[in-house]
Amino acid sequence: MSPDIPEEYLQTFVIECRELLEQMEDALLIIERDPENPEIINAIFRAAHTIKGTAGLFGIDYMVEFTHVAESVLDRVRSREVMISSALSALFIEVHDHLGTLVNHVDEGTLPTEEVDARSKRLIAQLKQYLDAPVTHEAEHSSDMPIVVKPKMNLVQGDVVKTDYWHISLRFGLEVFRNGMDPFSFVRYLSSIGQVVQLVTIIDAIPPADEMDPESCYLGFEISFDTDADKLTIENIFNFVRDDCSIYILAPHSKVSEYERLIQELPEQEMRLGEILVKCGSLTPTELERILRLQAEQDDDSSQPIGEVLLEQQMVSPPVIEAALEKQKHVKETKKAEANLIRVDADKLDELINLVGELIIAGAGINLLAKREKLASLLQSTATLSRLVEEVRDSALALRMVQIGGTFNRFQRVVRDVSKELGKDVDLVISGAETELDKTVVEKIGDPLTHLVRNSMDHGIESAELRIARGKPVKGTLQLSAYHDAGNIVIEVSDDGGGLNKEKILNKAIERGLIAEGTNPTDKEIYNLIFEAGFSTADAVSNLSGRGVGMDVVRRNIQALRGTVDLDSVEGEGSTVRIRLPLTLAIIDGFMVGVGNATYVMPLDIVVECIELKAWASDEGDGQYINLRGEVLPYRRLRDHFGIKSETVQRENVVVVRYGEHKAGLVVDKLMGEFQTVIKSPGKLFESGKGIGGFTILGSGEVALILDIPGLMGLVEHEKIDVRKPVST
Amino acid sequence: MANKTQRACIAVKGELTIYTVTELKDKFLGGLLMNDELELDLSEVSEIDGAGLQLLVMAKQGAMALEKTLFMISHSPVVAELIDLSGLSGFFGDPLLMAHQSKLEGESS
Repeated sequence: MSPDIPEEYLQTFVIECRELLEQMEDALLIIERDPENPEIINAIFRAAHTIKGTAGLFGIDYMVEFTHVAESVLDRVRSREVMISSALSALFIEVHDHLGTLVNHVDEGTLPTEEVDARSKRLIAQLKQYLDAPVTHEAEHSSDMPIVVKPKMNLVQGDVVKTDYWHISLRFGLEVFRNGMDPFSFVRYLSSIGQVVQLVTIIDAIPPADEMDPESCYLGFEISFDTDADKLTIENIFNFVRDDCSIYILAPHSKVSEYERLIQELPEQEMRLGEILVKCGSLTPTELERILRLQAEQDDDSSQPIGEVLLEQQMVSPPVIEAALEKQKHVKETKKAEANLIRVDADKLDELINLVGELIIAGAGINLLAKREKLASLLQSTATLSRLVEEVRDSALALRMVQIGGTFNRFQRVVRDVSKELGKDVDLVISGAETELDKTVVEKIGDPLTHLVRNSMDHGIESAELRIARGKPVKGTLQLSAYHDAGNIVIEVSDDGGGLNKEKILNKAIERGLIAEGTNPTDKEIYNLIFEAGFSTADAVSNLSGRGVGMDVVRRNIQALRGTVDLDSVEGEGSTVRIRLPLTLAIIDGFMVGVGNATYVMPLDIVVECIELKAWASDEGDGQYINLRGEVLPYRRLRDHFGIKSETVQRENVVVVRYGEHKAGLVVDKLMGEFQTVIKSPGKLFESGKGIGGFTILGSGEVALILDIPGLMGLVEHEKIDVRKPVST
Repeated sequence: MANKTQRACIAVKGELTIYTVTELKDKFLGGLLMNDELELDLSEVSEIDGAGLQLLVMAKQGAMALEKTLFMISHSPVVAELIDLSGLSGFFGDPLLMAHQSKLEGESS
């Protein structure tokens, strides 16, 4: 049954389904707390409805079948025949997850496995219990579309029309264009399952030019259609627009009375409509005449004359349209913003950024050449060029920026599930959801964050009894927040739980040999020990965490993103894990320095100042520290670090860098200024962590190494401990 | 574009779709108000959708209401195809070059 669907449509379908499922999930999580909210119930229903409709359009039967039952139950919820209970909302969360699995199957182009099928069946059976609940409305829930409104008049008319074709009557809603649909695409789609014999476009509803909003849809169709398909198949085509359109589908040889009703229901005048139907070939002139005569007769003895109905409709519709237009104006701004979004293949973006990277390198080359040749005019134009390139770079990178809110919101579900599992009541508070960061980073931060959140809930937040005993509110609070800080983005996961037990960590660390006995690490150093491999202080290993794998993996993942993670904790009050990440992975503003013949680049954002070594260092602390305006600043010679053997220069400079709360000095020979840097990955060979984060190609074609400042600073800090150790042991 | 001569021509280039209709509506109406006869050159329309077609209908109706004349000429293939599909060619009343050609071909074969 599944027709040939081009891969790209299927892809869009999958993406849209996933978005809808996300909305559904958000709504489901709200409904648990606020079961009466009709808006939310509608949102869930709409999501299910659209998924079913779209799946139907693509002929993905197993999805339609499953979603249909869910939708029917939701429909009953909507009409208040079934009340939302915690059992039902839990069931729907399962339904949601199952739909996710089905969408994955569509994405991979595979059919559901037996196991998945079995789950479909089980869930359908569970859902059906709600459908069979006492309130009788049986005929309704199989189809919620009022295709044929119940006859108002008991006109039993044996006559049938002659035509062998289906007749489809469509009046599109105002929002159809804005919802991204084109009425003609339905016509084209109809052509794929049959033949459009005759089509009349109804343009009567288009208002006079000055009142017409060109983005609203006023169109309608009367279609005479030849197909072997059944009514359901035809109906399914219009699933997309069902909500805001009126659709009438009349089978071949329908009763004259049905046509009569159609004429009556449609907004146009009966004569005009009649002519259209004749033009369509759906009615013969004689049939039309008969219908009109019948109506006239009906006028006399029916309690509600048709004339009045029509008049009513015509009188009613202009204000209705006006009201709709008015409302539209209010939402227009937001709608516009939505319509302006386009989906772009992430690969294309990467390609663009790559090219911009090459452009930067090429630009730097020209600049260098101009400097060497001392061509003033060329220098001037390269200056303009590099400014423009810089702007292009910034906007190209901005394309990749996404708000972290989407990722954060996913944790509502994680928190809900975990709190159920652990029997703890936990609230998730989100702040800084609008903070933007690179898409790749967003994608990769999900897993480590999940781990941290689970960890906080499992080990951090205490059981209810303990919380009461400690005088805390019974409900625990977990906070996720994000903000920008000095060219980095900082993500915090904090809880108001028990905090870390310093003693326990220290003992464990000593026991594991992570730290020498008798050393005096600072609080911070102790806390950060939990990021070491194979470290867990949980007394009980729970389902979720405490197996000793975890925090080190989190740290490794974050380091792979060139970020760092650290932890603050106050015993009895809670702890905060702070993740620092670079804004982007591809291009940075660099600061270039020279040591011997080699050139190094460090991110400009973290450079605080540059000072001359001699002016400050009276060599306190054996060449390890300088006194920077009363502050102790550890420093290190890059020359020593990289083992460069060349003549020392007379005037050594110190570049003071700051990362997080730490400052350190790096001694270099030459300061060479700012430089835009395209980061190339260092590859396996240099992964051994000697403080190199990557490399870049200079305009001259030379290679410069990019310093991994957090890594280097770690080394400087470690030396501090190393120095202290022999003293204390 | 619109000087004292009574006839003007607007060439629609690129998309005639939901993305451009708002802008084009003002253009069309302006052209109609300032001239007695307006010609829409549709030869360079690369894409048209329902909203675009609806706008052409509006322009035609607007012209009738203002008692002015609106011609549409040189329909590009996409425009001709859609007008043909919509069955509105009679309403517009302009010779549909492309559609005719294809029909003739259809008859001859």
